Amino acid sequence: MEKLNWVYTDKVLEHFMHPKNILTDEEAFQADGRGLTGNIKCGDQMIVAIKVDRDKGVITDCKWKTFGCASAIASTSIMSEMVKGMKIEEAFRLSPKDINKELGGLPEHKIHCSVLGDKALRAAINDYYERNGLHDKVVREEARVVCNCMNVTDHEIEDAVLEGARTYYELQEKTKVGTVCGECKDEVERLLEFYKNKHFCNTETTAPAGT
Amino acid sequence: MEKRMIYFDNNATTPLHPEVKKAITEVLDVFGNPSSLHGFGRHARTYVEEARQMVAGFIGAKPDEIMFVGSGSEGNNTVLSILTCQCRGCDFDECTGKELITTKIEHPCILETSRCLMEKGVKVTYLDVDSDGKVDLGQLEQSITPMTGLVSVMMANNEIGTIQDIGAISRICHEKGTLLHTDAVQAVGKVPVNVNDLGVDFLTLSGHKIYGPKGVGAVYVRKGSPFCPLIRGGHQERGRRAGTENTIGIVALGKAIEMRGHEMDEEEKRLKRMKEALRKGIAEKIPDIHFIGHPVDTLPGTLNVSFDGAEGEAILLYLDLAGIAVSTGSACASGSLDPSHVILATGLPAECAHGSIRISMGRENTFDDVDVMLTVLPDVIARIREMSSAYARRQ
Repeated sequence: MEKLNWVYTDKVLEHFMHPKNILTDEEAFQADGRGLTGNIKCGDQMIVAIKVDRDKGVITDCKWKTFGCASAIASTSIMSEMVKGMKIEEAFRLSPKDINKELGGLPEHKIHCSVLGDKALRAAINDYYERNGLHDKVVREEARVVCNCMNVTDHEIEDAVLEGARTYYELQEKTKVGTVCGECKDEVERLLEFYKNKHFCNTETTAPAGT
Repeated sequence: MEKRMIYFDNNATTPLHPEVKKAITEVLDVFGNPSSLHGFGRHARTYVEEARQMVAGFIGAKPDEIMFVGSGSEGNNTVLSILTCQCRGCDFDECTGKELITTKIEHPCILETSRCLMEKGVKVTYLDVDSDGKVDLGQLEQSITPMTGLVSVMMANNEIGTIQDIGAISRICHEKGTLLHTDAVQAVGKVPVNVNDLGVDFLTLSGHKIYGPKGVGAVYVRKGSPFCPLIRGGHQERGRRAGTENTIGIVALGKAIEMRGHEMDEEEKRLKRMKEALRKGIAEKIPDIHFIGHPVDTLPGTLNVSFDGAEGEAILLYLDLAGIAVSTGSACASGSLDPSHVILATGLPAECAHGSIRISMGRENTFDDVDVMLTVLPDVIARIREMSSAYARRQ
């Protein structure tokens, strides 16, 4: 019975039941880079720690800890496996979509829970760059104000899409974007399509039937 | 199923009582429309009226003060919507009744309806609760104005189990000349409820929380209270709720209530003992926890507990995989991204709401279930805390 009703794929279930690479002893791990993202007040928080082979520019180990739900646990567990042996630059470009694909597809309403892992990973990589004096390599994810009237950024629009907004109207409900002069409407609609595509495009088809 | 499943989510819904199942099968062929004058109709009508008497008798009401509805939510929507009635003949004084007072810990069907009423021009006040979830009676007294048309306070909270002092609340309301509704969906059939002792003008109850079927509930409307139907177009339920009566559901509700009459008192005592064992066991075996809800004035089978550093949805799913069903106040499980509004209203921080689970026991649970829970839960929490970025055991 549980199998049939389980909304996650077997792979998600496996990584939830047996999460890999948990950072149980931070001191012993001696990370080369450490990233923290999220907030327990919002219900999820993530710490990712990496070891790096400086000469090869490759991530040799990745461990993590979270205050998060099943999707956060499973997606970060699989991510920590994926990045081992990966070039730092490549790992930096890892997207929630890549992780989601590897997991075999999360239910749409759980995708927002799974984006913390790669965010924390990028923070850890930036931290590694900074610790090693590679300041020019640090890439900050600066938020850009899209709606000047209500001071709404592209990051807030992305978050709203992750939280379920699919139309311009739903974005307005969630963020109040474009509710004053409306000049940003075209740009917001473009971003809406972009983020829908970035996070949700083809998730239906990548999820195996009957899961 | 090989593994025995333990159902600890009786505040969400309950399994049918075997006697209710029997009553449903027996009435399946009673197909007549209770409104028809012929024999088929009259036959069905007797079943509906018997159930009405049963429900009325159980809460100290008269049969014609009971109307059947399709759910607790419908009942609550109906009562609150009286405030915006503008029909002639609905005897609700629209010059004096445009304000609603309710609380911050109501069920969404009250909160959403009150938000909708607000957009229709009703002024709504949301009362605070204390750290145990009790309504502030002083604030209630101060909030009632000559314009207050209705006060709606839930009797027992679905998430934390806290039971309000509805008697005291009704005295305040009536002294100040306003009407009182109580959403008693979680209370009726679990603790004694008598509309005269409580002094309420409206009360909502539901079938599926007390071993009846989904899709049927009832509203008590005190004789002489103003009323305006939400569903129009028929004379059923004395013109208060149009729609051909759900004979099967109504009979089942009547039977569920009858069985509560036989079983409630003993079960209340048994559930209290089980809850105490659970509470004691959890407190002994798991550090850094908080029990949420009033320690004494609470539903007998409801225990809400929050675990520092552990996220509720993860707890729920690990328990589910171990064959134990509970619910959580965590945002992640709700799909809304907001943690429990009830727990936040008690003043606890959001992380407590995110890390809370609700264990709600019912008539089919046993002390064995409690023992299994006390074996499984400590491991689940330890496991989650081991991978938690937000937990460091307090020394």
